[in-house]
Amino acid sequence: MGLFSLLQYALFLLIVAVLVKPVGGYLARVFSGEKTFLDPVLHPVERLIYKLARVDAEQEMDWKCYAVSFVCSGLAGTLLLYGILRLQYLLPWFFPDYHTTPMTADLAMNTAISFSTTTTWQAYAGESTMSYFSQMVGLTAQGFLAGASGLAGGMAFIRGLSRDETNKLGNFWVDLVRGSLWVLLPISIVGSLLLIWQGVPMNFSHYVEAITLEGGSQLIAQGPVAGLEWIKNLGTNGGGFFNANGAHPYANPTALTNILGMLAIVVLPAALTSTFGRMTQRPRHGWLLFWVMAFLFTAGLLFNGWAEQAGNPLMARQPNVAVSASGAQPGGNMEGKEVRFGIGQSVLTAVTTSNGATGSYNSIHDSYTPLGGMIPLANMLLGEIIFGGLGSGIYSIIIVALVGLFLAGIMIGRSPEYLGKLIGTPEIKLITLYTLAGPVVLMSLTAVAVVTKPGLSGLTVNQGPHGFTSIFYAYASSFANNGQNFVNLNANAPFYNLSTAIAMMVGRFGLAIPALALAGLFASQRRRPATVGTLPTDTFSFGVLLVGTAVVVGGLSYFAALALGPIVEHFMMTR
Amino acid sequence: MFQRKDAKNRKARKAVYGKIIMNILKQIYPAIAITIALTVLLGIVYPLVVTGLAQVMFPAKAAGSLIQKDGKVIGSRLIGQPFTGRGYFHSRPSAAGTGYDATASGGTNLGPTSQKLMDNIKTAAESLRAENPGTPIPIDLVTSSASGLDPHITPAAAEFQIPRIAKERVMTADEVRRLVREHTEGRQFGLLGEPRVNVLELNLALDGIHPMR
Repeated sequence: MGLFSLLQYALFLLIVAVLVKPVGGYLARVFSGEKTFLDPVLHPVERLIYKLARVDAEQEMDWKCYAVSFVCSGLAGTLLLYGILRLQYLLPWFFPDYHTTPMTADLAMNTAISFSTTTTWQAYAGESTMSYFSQMVGLTAQGFLAGASGLAGGMAFIRGLSRDETNKLGNFWVDLVRGSLWVLLPISIVGSLLLIWQGVPMNFSHYVEAITLEGGSQLIAQGPVAGLEWIKNLGTNGGGFFNANGAHPYANPTALTNILGMLAIVVLPAALTSTFGRMTQRPRHGWLLFWVMAFLFTAGLLFNGWAEQAGNPLMARQPNVAVSASGAQPGGNMEGKEVRFGIGQSVLTAVTTSNGATGSYNSIHDSYTPLGGMIPLANMLLGEIIFGGLGSGIYSIIIVALVGLFLAGIMIGRSPEYLGKLIGTPEIKLITLYTLAGPVVLMSLTAVAVVTKPGLSGLTVNQGPHGFTSIFYAYASSFANNGQNFVNLNANAPFYNLSTAIAMMVGRFGLAIPALALAGLFASQRRRPATVGTLPTDTFSFGVLLVGTAVVVGGLSYFAALALGPIVEHFMMTR
Repeated sequence: MFQRKDAKNRKARKAVYGKIIMNILKQIYPAIAITIALTVLLGIVYPLVVTGLAQVMFPAKAAGSLIQKDGKVIGSRLIGQPFTGRGYFHSRPSAAGTGYDATASGGTNLGPTSQKLMDNIKTAAESLRAENPGTPIPIDLVTSSASGLDPHITPAAAEFQIPRIAKERVMTADEVRRLVREHTEGRQFGLLGEPRVNVLELNLALDGIHPMR
């Protein structure tokens, strides 16, 4: 793989590693109500919002109340977005000449659910479906709200593990408002301006009618693009302005905008490991979680990069086509990739977004080599534990750690415990519920889709193993609240709109609620002191246990499906 | 005896459900109020503020990096266009609509073992081979981009087309090469991304200094 690709990957990881501690500390301060430099500007806004909403900021909630608030918030966001979408033809900036795809009830419901669960699965093409009003007041706002509510859930979980003998996990509304105002908003103002500096449009103009150099005509879609494009990554949502998402030159014009976008996805979830370490007073353990994530991230990155750079042997077999890298071309598999990103930055984005529960992309994963396309799929199947979604990533990886500790505890005949908290029967029930949700939902939905007519009719240009992979990918992505897809699947049909919506909701609420319940159980326990027999959680062997558990549990659940899809296709390609 | 225990269990469960329902009712108002408040702040105020700042700080970029020639808009620096003339550098294949349709971005979405993909590549390669027999064809000239609007080609792809341009415009290959080099952007900060040639800007420059007869 190219030297420049490797250098860019190293730079990316270096920047993330350097930012983890300061950002993690900031998050800890914001969510503990400590003083920050933005207080003078934001406190009045915050107080006004609490007054309007009649929220008592001092009153904390138990896990049930927190979960109810989380769900109510999601519900409110869904209904608001649904209303905006269905009424968009009456609202400003709707251009009937361009916005020709009808906003049907099932498309609107699927989009509303998808955006409020941070999935941002887009069964539509933005340029021909979404008015500027919908993109701005609907999608951009939900990008913030859904991202912030996920972050709140993550903080509640962290509090659950850092507190003892209480049932209070914080106040969801306070966490939501603080996350939006202190974290997402300031970073977004700077981020959007950086994007615009590099060329991302931010206007409300009509589509521009251009006469091309050769005398043809080209109608160029415009819009308030930068506002959505930044929060799409920062909130780990992924839903972009245009159909081609981050491959569209307006959405992602340069390698710099791409790297900034990828940093926006990863930095906050990575920093949460430091926040977790700080709030549980075990910083070394926090760092261990970060390095496990970085290891799995890098492994996927290198494998994916190698597969795409090696390219497609069927292409190379064509006489006289040059697929090898040189100073003048990146080479490799360039189908569905942009020249400004080549192989290196395309793969970086594929791996970052599939790990970060973010559905953005700057290359067509559908057109990746089979093993190359398997990496984003595998990342999602592992459960979005490698940095993961904003807020959900931290409890996802910790729950994998709990599974590992449980297995280890059984093997050595000790009661499993984590950070002084006992992993007892009620806890294990919740952990099992959480861990089984994925395989059960994914396998069932995929099985139904591949044997029924409405399911199979979604496949447009690819059949066979690639078609199977496309369908499996769609459900994996919806469940992981990721939102990226193998685009050849035409998902704007009632069957897929409904089934992916189910997967999204189970993936969001079916995981967050057990996680919050688990946090509540842990918080109410007393903390046992560490003894000589306690399994240490900040050592290399614990890291190995964590990686091993993730890979083995994921592998056992999904290897059969991967064998039927990408692995078969790989052998077909190299025959 | 069992009846009393069942009654107690039922009562306890009812109490829990009742509590959850009360919880839900209590949180509905804050949910609606905060959703609306934050939607106004983050979905209206924030984009408008950023738009305002952008109009002041980066007006041309915020407007879409449009290129004007003789008072008319001929395209955007960031959006690719189709070129078919023998005297112009050609862009990559595009699957956006019928080709470079900037209201229908997208790629072919063809999988790696797709016969259609191989046919596409074969067709594109055949016409390019006729133009420049013997020279290996850079992969980006026979593959579609992800957006269908890729404004760039690789330096290798530009180099490949130089003989045709030189012949058509009656220039030496080195003259054309020099122009290409002037319009080749390197990696950002020497590290990020890939070297690339903006086809529209290059063709504009060609027309500017050596118009076709």
